Amino acid sequence: MSPPAAAPVIEVRDLRVQYGDREILHGLTFEIFHGETVVVIGGSGSGKSTLLRTLVGLEQPSSGAVRIKGVDITKASARDMDAIRKKIGLAFQGGALIGSLAVGENISLPLIEHTTLKPTTIEVMVRIKLEQVGLSGFENYSPAQLSGGMRKRAAFARALALDPEILFFDEPSAGLDPITAAGIDDLILNLKKAYSMSMVVVTHELASAFLIADRIILLDRGAIIAMGPVAEVRDSPHPRVRQFLDRVADTSQDDDVDHLRMYTEGIR
Amino acid sequence: MQFVAKLGGAAEGSVTYIGGLAQLGWKSLRLLFVSPLKRGRLLNRTVHQAMAVGVGALPIVSLITFFVGIIIALQGAYELQRLGAMQLVASLVAISITRELGPLITAIVVIGRSGSAFAAEIGTMRVTEELDALQTMALDPVAFLVTPKFLAMAVMMPCLAVWSDFMGVLGGCLFGVVGANFTFGSYVIATRDALVAHDITTGIVKSLVFGLVITAVGCYEGFSTGAGAEEVGRSTTSAVVNSILLVILIDVVFTTLFYLARGTA
Repeated sequence: MSPPAAAPVIEVRDLRVQYGDREILHGLTFEIFHGETVVVIGGSGSGKSTLLRTLVGLEQPSSGAVRIKGVDITKASARDMDAIRKKIGLAFQGGALIGSLAVGENISLPLIEHTTLKPTTIEVMVRIKLEQVGLSGFENYSPAQLSGGMRKRAAFARALALDPEILFFDEPSAGLDPITAAGIDDLILNLKKAYSMSMVVVTHELASAFLIADRIILLDRGAIIAMGPVAEVRDSPHPRVRQFLDRVADTSQDDDVDHLRMYTEGIR
Repeated sequence: MQFVAKLGGAAEGSVTYIGGLAQLGWKSLRLLFVSPLKRGRLLNRTVHQAMAVGVGALPIVSLITFFVGIIIALQGAYELQRLGAMQLVASLVAISITRELGPLITAIVVIGRSGSAFAAEIGTMRVTEELDALQTMALDPVAFLVTPKFLAMAVMMPCLAVWSDFMGVLGGCLFGVVGANFTFGSYVIATRDALVAHDITTGIVKSLVFGLVITAVGCYEGFSTGAGAEEVGRSTTSAVVNSILLVILIDVVFTTLFYLARGTA
């Protein structure tokens, strides 16, 4: 057993999430420890995005508990929730930079609103964050002027702005060419070295998962089918795990039909 | 029976909708006083909105109410001429513009320019996950986006309404001078004599309420946008249609109330 000092930063107990009548996540239980990089992989419709949204409090679970640094966010008051949100950063898939603000203003936004730092200090911090993600000198660009890869980098910088203890990434390499995607992987590895924070990365890119993860959680149809260190998951004999890792297509179209049903159920 | 059930469903839907608007308005008001944002940013965003909503609308509001002033004068003159009461054109224009058409036409223009823009802006932010991003940064989207819009509208709508009163009267004056033996001076005096302060304040109160309703509907539709670009179009359309409907409904209620209050006085 781990000593009490190593209490998990994220503790998920029997987490269930429903959209309407359809249950997306069927009772997930796992822990994420300080300084660890956990990659959640799974196919489309496996529920990995829903899991991420639930972990940051954007979706309410139907039952179960999500404790972040000991606080159950499913029961936390709005004030407690805001306090937790200041300790986490989330880099969205498409960046989700505020379009009406310049890149630099996007990064300074949480700094200005949540700290009492002087404007000159904030300016320096923005420059440092942008440099860390390789976007020096792009402060005054509008998000619309950036390429997809640059927008993701800018989103990382914003997620890093408040020096979070937990950093979440939603599909960091989705929709990018292989070279840019490799650059993003390198960036995540550098961040891992530079900060002692926990990172949760949701992706469907196997190569990138094996490269950056300490541990892997493999989700399939809303359930965890494999969890453990990279090598362990890679060598797992579980048939669904093998199918996913060896990129074998489903023999029937059941998956697609299931996925469609997820959206159409309840609509009549 | 099915008809009654449908009617009941529609009524329930309307009540839910109005409830949603009221909730949004109440939340914005609360967040005005306990804003998670720094005062400077709130002020900044409000001024920015006020420029877009108010100052940006000035040319088109001026033009339209000026022409409406001419139209009212022309239509009125058509009847008044038969009664030999052309001198009443000035008061007809003054009262119909200040009490009714100034605020109403301003509201319609603002719905088209800003109500739709609010829904499109917030709807797009929903689709691109910017609303989620604000939430995860512990910045309430309502405080960040809606409160400044309400503030800007509450200030700018009455100003626009007063300006449209002025432009409408100016339009009437053009007809008065060209077609009805008024001089500029005599038209202004006739207008002044026809109006009481109550006419103008009625219009101002109306336009303030219109402004709040337009903001609430535009933002509410924006927030209820589903996934995809098509949904943004849908919410923009409903923002415009529902705002116009609500503004007209409120206008009926207000005008009736003012009429009854006048009857008892």
